[in-house]
Amino acid sequence: MLDGLKANNPLRLLSAFPARARTRIGSNLELLINILVIAAALIFMLYQGPGFAIRIAQLFAIFAILVVSLNLVIGYTGLLSVAHVAFFGIGAYSVAVLTTNPEFEQVPGHIRYFDWTFFAALPVGMLIAGVVALFVGGVLSRFRDDLFVLVSVGFAVIAHRVFLFWQPVTRGAFGIHDISKPTIGGLVIDGRLEFMFLSLGFLVLVCLASWMIVRSSFGRVLMAIREDEQAIEVFGYKASMFKLMIWVISAMMAALAGGLIASEQTFIDPNSFLLLESILLVCIVILGGLGTIWGSLLGALVFVLLNEGMRFLPFLPDALVGQARLAVLGMLIVALMLFRPQGLVGKFKL
Amino acid sequence: MTNENWADDIGAALETQGLVKQFASVKAINYLSIAVPKRGITSIIGPNGSGKSTLINCLSGTLPIDDGIVVLQGNSMRAILPHNNPSHGVTRTFQEVRLFNQMSVLDNMLVVLTERGVLKSLFEHKRSSYQSRAKELLESVGLWEKRGDQAESLSYGQRKLLEVGRALAMNVNIYLFDEPFAGLFPAMLERVTLLLEGLKQQGKSIIFIEHNMDLIRRLSDYTFVLDSGELLAEGPVNEVLDRPEVIEAYLGT
Repeated sequence: MLDGLKANNPLRLLSAFPARARTRIGSNLELLINILVIAAALIFMLYQGPGFAIRIAQLFAIFAILVVSLNLVIGYTGLLSVAHVAFFGIGAYSVAVLTTNPEFEQVPGHIRYFDWTFFAALPVGMLIAGVVALFVGGVLSRFRDDLFVLVSVGFAVIAHRVFLFWQPVTRGAFGIHDISKPTIGGLVIDGRLEFMFLSLGFLVLVCLASWMIVRSSFGRVLMAIREDEQAIEVFGYKASMFKLMIWVISAMMAALAGGLIASEQTFIDPNSFLLLESILLVCIVILGGLGTIWGSLLGALVFVLLNEGMRFLPFLPDALVGQARLAVLGMLIVALMLFRPQGLVGKFKL
Repeated sequence: MTNENWADDIGAALETQGLVKQFASVKAINYLSIAVPKRGITSIIGPNGSGKSTLINCLSGTLPIDDGIVVLQGNSMRAILPHNNPSHGVTRTFQEVRLFNQMSVLDNMLVVLTERGVLKSLFEHKRSSYQSRAKELLESVGLWEKRGDQAESLSYGQRKLLEVGRALAMNVNIYLFDEPFAGLFPAMLERVTLLLEGLKQQGKSIIFIEHNMDLIRRLSDYTFVLDSGELLAEGPVNEVLDRPEVIEAYLGT
């Protein structure tokens, strides 16, 4: 199916059309992309059975929360951040640390434990991420463009180091096991189907919140900051405050995704929160389209399909699957930048 | 008529005292002290590189001031932050048009009308008062039909008009226009002229930079001539433009 998607991809024909025809075809193309991606997902899920479908939907929900929230910062505000994974990690580690009982683990020194429930730990994790984002954002607001990217790289690297070496709290490279599942009343959400619905529910909330934000006057100011920060300041907006606000909101959403993945996998270690993951997220934001929530959902879906689908390609040895995923995603990004710089369904360029 | 007389008669909209702006070793503005009349249209003229745009950039906080004082609404300031412009009663346009390119024409206008506070704006959605004000403003610059278009798709003249309209959206006392007429074809030029005269009738202070002598004579009440960042001459426009040193600075000898 994925092969079909690639072979039928009409992107390459675009440059043959004159500009005026291209805009008309452009909107049809957008519809075509939508139909293709969603159809591919549905057919793929039906073909592989319910267990696989649940896995795809679960992964999609968490990735989509990350991508939508990152798009608020990159696509709407124009801040090219690769620090998103740090907040994802803070959320995951907060939930992991707060909910587990590590007595049986063989890590030197005393480890504090809290034994909280998931739904108590999740908002605290988001709050911690928000507070960290406030401080990091304060530093980042002094930079723009290329320097902003570099400083955000620095922060992502620091965060990973903290996860790795702050052993008394994070258990370092051992990671954290047996992270608890959410409970509502007496009901434990430990089934994969139930957890998928929980994640999708949170995704809906994140999308709704994002939609409200970008449709508000605040969202319009964000876009103006993206277009010309100095010009919008002249009209009385303190751009740094707007940037800080969306930065914190986005970080808290990423922490939400982190808490979900910690509980879903029941195990996390620092290697899940490498800088590379952040770069991948940026790629998916661009793939889906800057400044569009729907595009981010579509981008996340394409990524999850690629990620999970490539293992079924008959000619690809298992050992190469992981590598091939990134290579294909890389090629997809290059092709998009050449023929469709606004992404699958986006409107804006960086 | 001297500077002080103007300030005494009807007060100054803005004053600079010993204003300096330096780029590397060049003083783009060299200890400039002027007082701009509170009402009416004031033009700033001078050859290229005389510091006209730099002056506007300093007054609006777009460039930091190196030395000297700016007096706006009775407040003496050594530094001006761009986002304080509306509270200083100032708005401006840019020499190279600076619109929010990948936003619609309507959004370009709405964005300068809506709530300034971070939290308040977050919970502010479509409001009819903004919409009707935006419609009124876009109609005044003849761009209401284009409201759905991306700002970057407009022609140069339309972009210039939209920027003027955006400045008009601000209810302030001092309007700084950096070459608002450059590159406009006659009908558009006439429209901008009317808009500026409309502001004058409302008792605002309008400052504009221009090279076209006919326009300067026709529009401005008072004029400052800058040369190499210094004040060469000032006064009522017809009197100043006939002075030999001004003619020399402009046309060379």
